[in-house]
Amino acid sequence: MVSIVGYGAYVPRYRIKVEEIAKIWGDKAESISSGLGIFEKSVPFMDEDTATIAVEAARRAIKSSDIDASEVGAIYVGSESHPYAVKPTSTIVAEAIGATPYLTAADYEFACKAGTAGLQNCIGLVKANMIKYGMAIGADVAQAAPGDALEYTAAAGGAAYIVGNEGIADINYTISFATDTPDFWRREGQPYPKHGERFTGEPAYYKHITNAAKMLMEKMGTKPEDYDYAVFHQPNGKFPVRVARMLGFKKEQYEQGLLCPIIGNTYSGSMLVGLAATLDIAKPGDRIIAVSFGSGAGSDAFDITVTDRIESYPRQNVREMISHKKYVDYGTYMKFKGELK
Amino acid sequence: MREVAVIGVGMTKFGEIWDKSFRDLVAEAGMKAIMDAGIEGKDIDAMYIGGMSSGGFVEQEHVAPLAIEVAGLEEFHIPATRVEGACASGGIAVRHGYMAVASGIHDIVIVGGAEKMTDVVGTEATNVLASAADREWEAFFGMTFPGLYALMARYHMHKYGTTPEQLASVAVKNHYNGSMNPNAQYKRRITVDDVLSSPMVADPLHLLDCSPITDGAAAIVLAPLDIAKEYTDKIVKFRASAQASDTISLFNRSRFDALPVTIHAGERAFKQAGLTPKDIDLVEVHDCFTIAEIMAIEDLGFFKKGEGGKATEEGLTAIDGELPVNTSGGLKSKGHPVGATGVAQVIEVTLQLRGEAGERQVKDARIGMTHNVGGSGGTAVVNILEGI
Repeated sequence: MVSIVGYGAYVPRYRIKVEEIAKIWGDKAESISSGLGIFEKSVPFMDEDTATIAVEAARRAIKSSDIDASEVGAIYVGSESHPYAVKPTSTIVAEAIGATPYLTAADYEFACKAGTAGLQNCIGLVKANMIKYGMAIGADVAQAAPGDALEYTAAAGGAAYIVGNEGIADINYTISFATDTPDFWRREGQPYPKHGERFTGEPAYYKHITNAAKMLMEKMGTKPEDYDYAVFHQPNGKFPVRVARMLGFKKEQYEQGLLCPIIGNTYSGSMLVGLAATLDIAKPGDRIIAVSFGSGAGSDAFDITVTDRIESYPRQNVREMISHKKYVDYGTYMKFKGELK
Repeated sequence: MREVAVIGVGMTKFGEIWDKSFRDLVAEAGMKAIMDAGIEGKDIDAMYIGGMSSGGFVEQEHVAPLAIEVAGLEEFHIPATRVEGACASGGIAVRHGYMAVASGIHDIVIVGGAEKMTDVVGTEATNVLASAADREWEAFFGMTFPGLYALMARYHMHKYGTTPEQLASVAVKNHYNGSMNPNAQYKRRITVDDVLSSPMVADPLHLLDCSPITDGAAAIVLAPLDIAKEYTDKIVKFRASAQASDTISLFNRSRFDALPVTIHAGERAFKQAGLTPKDIDLVEVHDCFTIAEIMAIEDLGFFKKGEGGKATEEGLTAIDGELPVNTSGGLKSKGHPVGATGVAQVIEVTLQLRGEAGERQVKDARIGMTHNVGGSGGTAVVNILEGI
């Protein structure tokens, strides 16, 4: 049975509070926090980027799963902020963990669902017996134009998943829903993305997540009550709560995986880091529904059942990791992001 | 001059209609009105379509032949005209349709209004809407629409003691009415507290004091009264259709606590109809902002100047009050697809006079009025309709 054999996550240590950003732009911090459901977001240090985050997450996944990295037959890194437009991030990871040279590697892009797209590819390769292990990573150092609403939520972080057979969490099924819906985009060469404001809601986020989730549950013959946990893509602290409610999930199901209020939107890392936090506390037999969303637009939905093997797995403990933090002011934040040269 | 009747009405839902384009909305409203009238395309003699800025919102001008095309009416080559008067575009279109039939020049005329506002982001929509004000001397200097009406609200509060709670009570009433309107954009009931704690847009106007950005279209079919009974038993006829103009700019206006366009259009309408405010059973006014409704019910002569706020707060303009105002939910709750509004107001009054307003029905409604304003008060159209 194709399965998650290991996982690891990394979120940079630095944080900037909503108040700090609001002060600069003359916004009301309380309005932002209550409107977007966010209090602070992660900030990458000057020498951190998608590659370093992906490598760190990958290293943790390898260490915890204790597999031989040379047996990883595929590595895919999904991101909106690959360091290069041409030159893969995935081979940097492969080299760093010792998976080279006999492997297939490529980078993915599909806004925030690039990581889960890579995960689906690994599932296929493992199921087809073409590889023993595959690794899919979703990682980002998200960019937002200063002063744009996205600045409050665009954060940094990532998670790596090793797919194989007989792991800690079986992947029962995956299904996707994709349409050409340009709610959020960044043209080649542009530093910051643009978005359609309210168009990113109902016709994008909600439409794709609900359709993917409903089709998944229809195929699996399940209802929301059948799941112990539900994890959704988290562009802010409000959308995932609303979509959970729309689908019929309760707070007890989604609260463990909801990290955006305290780390922001890690874009390609978003759902995967939330899933990691969920696996951190999951027990054998727990059933998880996990649905990503990428602008442009599409959702990948996964039906997962935790196995007995999770009891002996050294958990990442995402919530403990992100509790170690250091606050920076706006100027330092700008310096770290490379805006002040 | 012949008498004119409304023999058909049709509208789309109002709201953020992501999956319908400008032409989809036009086609839907037009088709519904034609079907309600029980006519065929070939019966239509002329078409008027009101729209504030299809150019600004969807980069499309020349929308009259577009409407003809989506309606499949091109083979009849009827005169088709797009009418613009900012937020009064729909009302002006109605008056032109009325004049065409009343004069005897055309028999069956279809009048529509449409606006597709959600294909641009918020800042662009605000900029397009600002073109209803004086671009060079108001908009360029940073004035937006909420800003213009906020100035009037501030003055009204200063001169007459109108309170933020009274402003809020307009929105509360309209949301209550809108909650019973299946076509309304916002069907959520709100409280005065909800309004006052919503973000400030332009002091003293909060978010919930302001009408929203909306997609929608509405259409009516007009016919000479003497043949109306061939199409409907529930005949609604025009008693009046009046229009007035004033400065586009607020700063050159003769007064800031009222809209002279409303006063003049209203007086003309009552004169044409041979009626007084006491004869009106319900009125749809142009509540682009809560203060606009308060001034409108004063300027139309229903309440003394300065007492509109108190009247609303005391429930006099509720559906079961002595003068129901905006039973549809008004622009605030029903939504404000700019060019469609003036036509949608006529539809609400027509439905009321036909007894087809469902939960919103005003008992024994016989005479209704509509009030549609362009910009901060550059244009106003007032219609009076009677159910016979």
